[in-house]
Amino acid sequence: MAVWEPIDTIAAKVQSGELKAVDLVEKSLGLIAGNESFKAIVATTADRARERAKAIDAKIAAGENAGRLAGVPFIAKDNFLVFGADTTAASNILKGFAAPYQSTVIEKLEAEDAICVAKANLDAFAHGSSTENSDFFTTKNPHDETRVPGGSSGGSAASVALNLAPFALGSDTGGSIRLPASFTGTVGYKPTYGLVSRSGVVAMGSSLDSIGPLASSVEDAALIVDVTAGKDELDSTTIDQDDQGYVVSASSLAGKKIGVIKEYMGDGMQPGVRGCVEAAIEQIKQAGAEVQELSLPSLPLALAVYYIICPAEVSSNLSRYDGQRYGFSYADAKNLDESYTKTREIGFGKEAKRRIMMGTYVLSSGYYDAYYKKAQTVRTKIINDFAKAFESVDFLVGPTAPMTAFKIGENANDPLQMYLTDIMTVAVNMAGVPAISIPCGTAEGLPVGLQLIAPQRADRELLSVARAAEELLT
Amino acid sequence: MAKLTRDDVLKLAQLARISLSDDEVTEFSEELSAILQYVEQLSAVDVSGLVSTNQVTGLTNVMREDSIKDYGYAPLDLLKNVPKTQDNQLKVKRMIG
Repeated sequence: MAVWEPIDTIAAKVQSGELKAVDLVEKSLGLIAGNESFKAIVATTADRARERAKAIDAKIAAGENAGRLAGVPFIAKDNFLVFGADTTAASNILKGFAAPYQSTVIEKLEAEDAICVAKANLDAFAHGSSTENSDFFTTKNPHDETRVPGGSSGGSAASVALNLAPFALGSDTGGSIRLPASFTGTVGYKPTYGLVSRSGVVAMGSSLDSIGPLASSVEDAALIVDVTAGKDELDSTTIDQDDQGYVVSASSLAGKKIGVIKEYMGDGMQPGVRGCVEAAIEQIKQAGAEVQELSLPSLPLALAVYYIICPAEVSSNLSRYDGQRYGFSYADAKNLDESYTKTREIGFGKEAKRRIMMGTYVLSSGYYDAYYKKAQTVRTKIINDFAKAFESVDFLVGPTAPMTAFKIGENANDPLQMYLTDIMTVAVNMAGVPAISIPCGTAEGLPVGLQLIAPQRADRELLSVARAAEELLT
Repeated sequence: MAKLTRDDVLKLAQLARISLSDDEVTEFSEELSAILQYVEQLSAVDVSGLVSTNQVTGLTNVMREDSIKDYGYAPLDLLKNVPKTQDNQLKVKRMIG
């Protein structure tokens, strides 16, 4: 039997009194304690979780209705502002930071009586594809402890793969939900840009950051999207949610027009990954979908665009860590300037520094037009390619990553090689479109992810077709 | 082709208000040059007739009422993470010599 039943079943049983929220919290905390060797978790929020569970049980015992996620434990990536534990973004500079308010997403989940039990590890500030850039420790892949879980939401993905809780929250700037989902055999959903509020999530690349769930099934992921989506006055980039919500049944694949992205099926894909992805596409075709190969010629440029735009936004977002207002502060500075420079030298890890430097370069006078403005214009080209593709198909499909989980340390000394793991995920963030990674088999024992992409605001349709694909592939 | 010298790196570090160790300066000059070499492929891309993208979902000028809303935060709570405070204010080093 599965460790956790579907989320709506758990919530219904808590509401009916068959399950107690306090027991679910203890179960989750017990599993976290029993799986410490995987290093998925930075800290638990045990005290607060137990208090909330008691309050939810008491509410139900008193005959009141609890929320749609009554008593359901979850784990938040440690870049979400949450009460009950520090919010560090797995960085030394935010060690000891106690959030004075919570993320909108956490507030929405708590309003439905879900319970955050722990904070998950990540690449510091979400900069990376493996969790090796965490300033604290590297998370191990539950399928092979010598391998990375992917990143940056690697702790969240490993938590779900280890069944520590029914779902986890992640953030996806260039693939940080989908890549670890692919590497750990879980479901990872990146919504349309702006569908889920970024308020109270440590900012990385603000024109790219999307918030979404990692879960064991598309059904569970869709329920979390449904609870967390919608306009938020604290994030002016949020958009209206679909009137019909995101709790969907599987749609029939018959007649669905699905485009296979030619640029993602070329050389450079591991043979095992190719085998799984091609077999999955064949099954989708057999189920009646009209599958055709499509070219999006500017997609191979997306990674270069990303590694200009993302560091530019990172360098600007990380300028707030100056040691004056919160976070680590160098105590022995002789003057204000030294307080800034030493705080940032000691507080930031290597990748944060690398991105700040790169971003500062592309935004600096004399280089702005050649790099940043050019990248923002090539971004338009990528957006146009997606728009054109979606004139002839409903969805696009391809691998989430060209490889399975790599060995810990394998790419650690070559930042460019590490960046290349995101080659099939970043274009989606450029265009602000929604995408999902669902498991589609294993290659040499390691999970492979299938990526499905839809036009902006077609999240409901994407989740529905992903449920159908999931039924087919599992 | 863009190649960052040690002096370039030191200048960037100064702009970004980060001090770097000597090893980091060497390392970043090599690594950033390699990354720049990779992104250089964009210079050959024809973008004539295209405008740059700054916002992907088409939102413009998102307005709200200019009114005070009480979120219930206590000032001392909001100051609890500040390294140095005095009279409920941030205390920083002298800015003007």
